Amino acid sequence: MNNPPDVTQDPKEYEEYAHGVHQHVMRYVMVGVTLLVFTGITVALSYVDFGARKANVAVAMLVATLKAGLVAAIFMHLAAEKRLIYRILIFTGFFVLGLFWLIFLAWYDYPIFH
Amino acid sequence: MEIPYTVSTRPDTGLWNAKIGIWLFLASEVMLFGALFSAYIFLRIDAAPGTWPHGLLNVPVGTMNTAILILSSVTVVLAWAALKMRRYRAYWWYMLATISCGVIFLVVKLGYEWPQKFEHFGVFIKPDALAKYEQYLGNERRIEKGLEPRIEITGHLHSQNAKEYEVALDPVNADPDNPSMDRPHFLPLPVTDKIATIEKADVQRATMFLPTHSAYFASYFTITGLHGLHVLGGVIVFIYMWLPVSKKLYQRNPEHLANRVEVSGLFWHFVDLVWIFVFPLFYLL
Repeated sequence: MNNPPDVTQDPKEYEEYAHGVHQHVMRYVMVGVTLLVFTGITVALSYVDFGARKANVAVAMLVATLKAGLVAAIFMHLAAEKRLIYRILIFTGFFVLGLFWLIFLAWYDYPIFH
Repeated sequence: MEIPYTVSTRPDTGLWNAKIGIWLFLASEVMLFGALFSAYIFLRIDAAPGTWPHGLLNVPVGTMNTAILILSSVTVVLAWAALKMRRYRAYWWYMLATISCGVIFLVVKLGYEWPQKFEHFGVFIKPDALAKYEQYLGNERRIEKGLEPRIEITGHLHSQNAKEYEVALDPVNADPDNPSMDRPHFLPLPVTDKIATIEKADVQRATMFLPTHSAYFASYFTITGLHGLHVLGGVIVFIYMWLPVSKKLYQRNPEHLANRVEVSGLFWHFVDLVWIFVFPLFYLL
C-alpha cells in the first residue's frame, strides 16, 4: 500500500510536470547528437598517427571516457542523483581502480619493458 | 501481496527500491566487465611483437553498430520521458525503435561480423622460416622503419593437402611493401586472388579467426559475446514492457511503468557505455 495514486490526477500539477520533462527531452537529443559526433571523431583520430600506438590508445581512451561520462551524467541521471547511489558507486570505483592498479603492478615484472 | 516502494520513496533511503537494486546490480556489472577489460590490458601489454593483430575488424560496420546503440540510448530515454508526460502512444513508438535498434545490433554482430571472422584464415610462420616468406611479409622494410615484424599470413583458405596450405591473400600480405599497408584501412579491402603456398613444415599454427586464433580474438569474442548477451537481455525486457500486458500496468499506475522503464533504461545505458570502450579497443587500436 505504499504506492500513491497516479500523480497526473491533478491536471494543473500535470501541466508543470510535463513541461519540466519536455525541457529534458531536448537535452537528451542534444547529448545523443554529441555522442554520435564524438564517435566520428574517435574513428577519425584512430587514422591520425600520433607518433606511437600508445599515444593513439591514450587519445582514444580519453574520448571514450568523455563519451562515457556524458552517458552516465545525463542519460543515467548521475549528474543529480541521491546520495546513497553515489555511495554505492564510490565503492565500485575504488574496487575497479584497484583491479586496474594490479595490472599496472605487472609492469614491474619486465626489467626492460618491451 | 503488493511489493512495497515501487513508486513512492522509502523514507530511510530516499529512493524507490528498484532504483537501488539496479544500481547495486550495475556496480557488480562494472566489476564483471572491469575484470575482463583488465585481462585485455594484461594480455595486450604482454603480447609478443607481431602477435597482437591490427585492422582485422570491419570499422564501418562497427561504427554503424556504435551509432545504433547510441541512438537506442536516446530512444529509451525518450520513451521514459513520454511515459512521464503520459503519452503512451509516443512511448510505444520509442520503445519499438529501441527494440529494433537492439535487434539490428545483434543481427549485424552475430549474423554478419562473427561469421565473416569464422571464414577468415591465418597462418603463423615459425620464426626461422620467416625469411622464406619475405615476399608476403615485407619484414626487411618494416624492421628498417622500426615497425613490429609480421609473423602471420592471412586470407581465405583456398585448399590444403598433407604438406601445404594454399591461401588467397589479404591485400596486406599480397602487397606487403606498400607503405599504405602499415596502418589499417577504414574500408576493409577484399581478399585478393593472389595465392600463396605455405609449407606446413614452416607453420607454427594455422587457424580460422576463432577464439583459439590469438589472445586478441579470445578477448574479442569473450567481451563482445558477453556484451551481446546483455543486449539480448535488454531487448527481452523491453519487449515485455512494450507488449499489451504493460499497458494494463500503465492504466493502473503509469508511474510504476515509468519506473520500470527507467531502471531497464539504466541497464541499457550501461550496455551502451561498455560498448563505447569496446569499439575503439578492438576495432580501432
